[in-house]
Amino acid sequence: MGMVLGTFSMHTKQVTYRTDKVDDELEMTMVSHRPEGLEQLEAQTNFTKQELQVLYRGFKNECPSGVVNEETFKHIYAQFFPHGDASTYAHYLFNAFDTRNNGSIKFEDFVMGLSTLLRGTVRDKLEWTFHLYDINRDGFINREEMTEIVRAIYDMMGKYTYPALKGDVPKQHVDTFFEKMDKNKDGVVTLEEFVIACQEDENMMRSMQLFENVM
Amino acid sequence: MAAGVAAWLPFARAAAIGWMPVANLPMPVAPTNKNKRQDELIILNVSGRRFQTWRNTLDRYPDTLLGSSEKEFFFNEETREYFFDRDPDSFRSILNFYRTGKLHYPRYECISAYDEELAFFGIIPEIISDCCYEEYKDRKRENTERLMDDLEDNKDNKPPNMTFRETMWRAFENPHTSTMALVFYYVTGFFIAISVITNVVETVPCGTTPNQRDIPCGERYTEAFFCMDTACVMIFTVEYLMRLFAAPSRYRFMRSVMSIIDVVAILPYYIGLVMTNNEDVSGAFVTLRVFRVFRIFKFSRHSQGLRILGYTLKSCASELGFLLFSLTMAIIIFATVMFYAEKGSSSSKFTSIPASFWYTIVTMTTLGYGDMVPKTIAGKIFGSICSLSGVLVIALPVPVIVSNFSRIYHQNQRADKRRAQKVQKARLARMRISKAGSSTAFLHSKRNGLNQSLELTGSLEEDQQLKKTTSLLESQHHHLLHCLEKTTNHEFVDERLYEQGYLQTALQNFPSQSPSLSSEEGVTGTCCSRRTKKNIQALNATHTHSHTHNLQELSALHIHCGEQQPLNTSRSSLNLMSDESGSLNCKSSGLVTTAIISIPTPPSNNSRANPDAPPPPNPDAPPRPNPGSDVVKISAL
Repeated sequence: MGMVLGTFSMHTKQVTYRTDKVDDELEMTMVSHRPEGLEQLEAQTNFTKQELQVLYRGFKNECPSGVVNEETFKHIYAQFFPHGDASTYAHYLFNAFDTRNNGSIKFEDFVMGLSTLLRGTVRDKLEWTFHLYDINRDGFINREEMTEIVRAIYDMMGKYTYPALKGDVPKQHVDTFFEKMDKNKDGVVTLEEFVIACQEDENMMRSMQLFENVM
Repeated sequence: MAAGVAAWLPFARAAAIGWMPVANLPMPVAPTNKNKRQDELIILNVSGRRFQTWRNTLDRYPDTLLGSSEKEFFFNEETREYFFDRDPDSFRSILNFYRTGKLHYPRYECISAYDEELAFFGIIPEIISDCCYEEYKDRKRENTERLMDDLEDNKDNKPPNMTFRETMWRAFENPHTSTMALVFYYVTGFFIAISVITNVVETVPCGTTPNQRDIPCGERYTEAFFCMDTACVMIFTVEYLMRLFAAPSRYRFMRSVMSIIDVVAILPYYIGLVMTNNEDVSGAFVTLRVFRVFRIFKFSRHSQGLRILGYTLKSCASELGFLLFSLTMAIIIFATVMFYAEKGSSSSKFTSIPASFWYTIVTMTTLGYGDMVPKTIAGKIFGSICSLSGVLVIALPVPVIVSNFSRIYHQNQRADKRRAQKVQKARLARMRISKAGSSTAFLHSKRNGLNQSLELTGSLEEDQQLKKTTSLLESQHHHLLHCLEKTTNHEFVDERLYEQGYLQTALQNFPSQSPSLSSEEGVTGTCCSRRTKKNIQALNATHTHSHTHNLQELSALHIHCGEQQPLNTSRSSLNLMSDESGSLNCKSSGLVTTAIISIPTPPSNNSRANPDAPPPPNPDAPPRPNPGSDVVKISAL
């Protein structure tokens, strides 16, 4: 008799399971996106057709649906930094690329961002970097935002570093940064201060040139 | 780094611009793509079937045949394609590996053929992706088992140098090895049978005496049966002692089921010998004789089927246990119901609930002896319900046992349990390896000083002296990690060095001038303080050469030079080798720690110490430019 009861209960359980599956399937029909034509993208960015083709092939390989959401983005970025935790920095990067703020990056956004970074003028690059640091998009970088960014960068190093990360190293780093950047000592860095300070720094200019030939 | 995301490396490197304003130090030079040509399609002709792909796709895995220059050996000049005389069907999955980064194992493929293809193309099977890995491992195990079975069948002659004990054990375990063993096998089987028949016949009534009832044969021919019993027990005892002597691990043998059965089979006899003619314990004595029936279990050594049956029951013990439990529940319910239903009727046999148990069991198993039957109508109704549900209950465990039995018979069950643990461990190990592989690759290339020569003001000659052992992709990835190091002014080290770093900073203010490192490994070897260069020179001059002789117990001497003083932009001073008279280029400071370091091996074996492998490259290492090299390895054997 226990068997009979048991089989009855099993039957009802099965029914609910099936309906769950149907719901899942509906969710699975994901949004697919196709980018604008090649010519338009070529006009809007500083890439050649071949470069756009190579970029799109790589993009489509990782994201067949045509859009990157934050999880995929973090996953991809984390592959390059196996030592530490790249998710925080990837989050900020994602927001920097996601210019339309709708939680996903289409190929156009991706290519625009890359065009600025690789083929843009120095001023463009610095502006892009400023927007990366300015988390709340208020036009100013304050200490908290900078600390977040620097901490995220240090997170990517992971635990096993030499010398070992002791004390509040990110904070010291932020202090150095503000010393350099904040000309009028008002506690925030504006875009102009940032651009001027960076252009004065030879090292930085040279480092930025390094990434010219990444493509 | 999974090369599936290799296409995103340019993006990651571009995003590194975001670190520039934060960094205080200059960045290293990026590796250049010397032969930068447009990506082209290449044709791979595999036994007539043409595959086409981009050259960059194949370059993602430079340590395989298709990704390295090894494929040039297969280049056909006339047709301008690469021709491989291999199976085109397997090649599909291999090429897909390059495209998607995941290696799949097709189910229809024979395991050894697939293994050969993988070996030819230089791909290790461990990177088969999770979806196909189970299948692959199963088939591989079946194949190896099959091979081992074949080997055992062909093994006629025993290995020459086996001790007498090992020979005996082998003879016991596998009777077909020698004639003696076979004889022994049959003799013991015969005696087991004799013993069992004796036990049975003992109780048969034979012969009558006129004024008494039939007496069993055992009491009539006491001496005969006693002699028979003695003989059997002597044989069994001798056999047991011989097995005990020959067993490789006596403790384990004594714990095994078969030996326990042996002991239980012969013990009653000895106990009976000890306490004879003692009326008090004669009851216990009789009970002991029951144990003699266990001798029949000794047959399981002789029968494979019996062993499988025993193993089946053991393995589906959980299912049987649950069914027993539910059966018990049903019995209790029905017994209660029947008892209360029959309570009213007179002269009812259902005197108590436990008494009703017997009725319930007999009815549910459809035996129906008829010694207890319900008389009331309610009793009859519930009785019929009981028997109907009994049919259901009995029908359930049978398929379970049958399916289990057949599973074991095909040697699956045993492998399942072992496999579950191994697969989990293996998968974790693989993931650890692949994760550690990418991180250790960077650390290894750091140690080789490849990154260091790519300083901003590094000269071109040093660049050319570099051995291009890493692919462009890898060098770009390492450059990226190097930029991160520069941004944060900290370096990646592996776990061991991190621990040592902790110890070192603890002993930071303990400068000891004596270069006697022949003491234990570890931090006590801080021979030079962190400040002066002089110590370093002395260290270099005396250590590197004399130490290779002194240190016998340490397999590698690990000299770690950290850059503690603030760096100026022009690092040319750090590149100078002429300053140092010693053969090492330890710059500002150094701590000598001794550690056992392994030579960088491919990521599959995750940097375990390999004391035999590294030859002493000490005299060879320095001529290669190691400007500012943080870690220099000298092995002293």
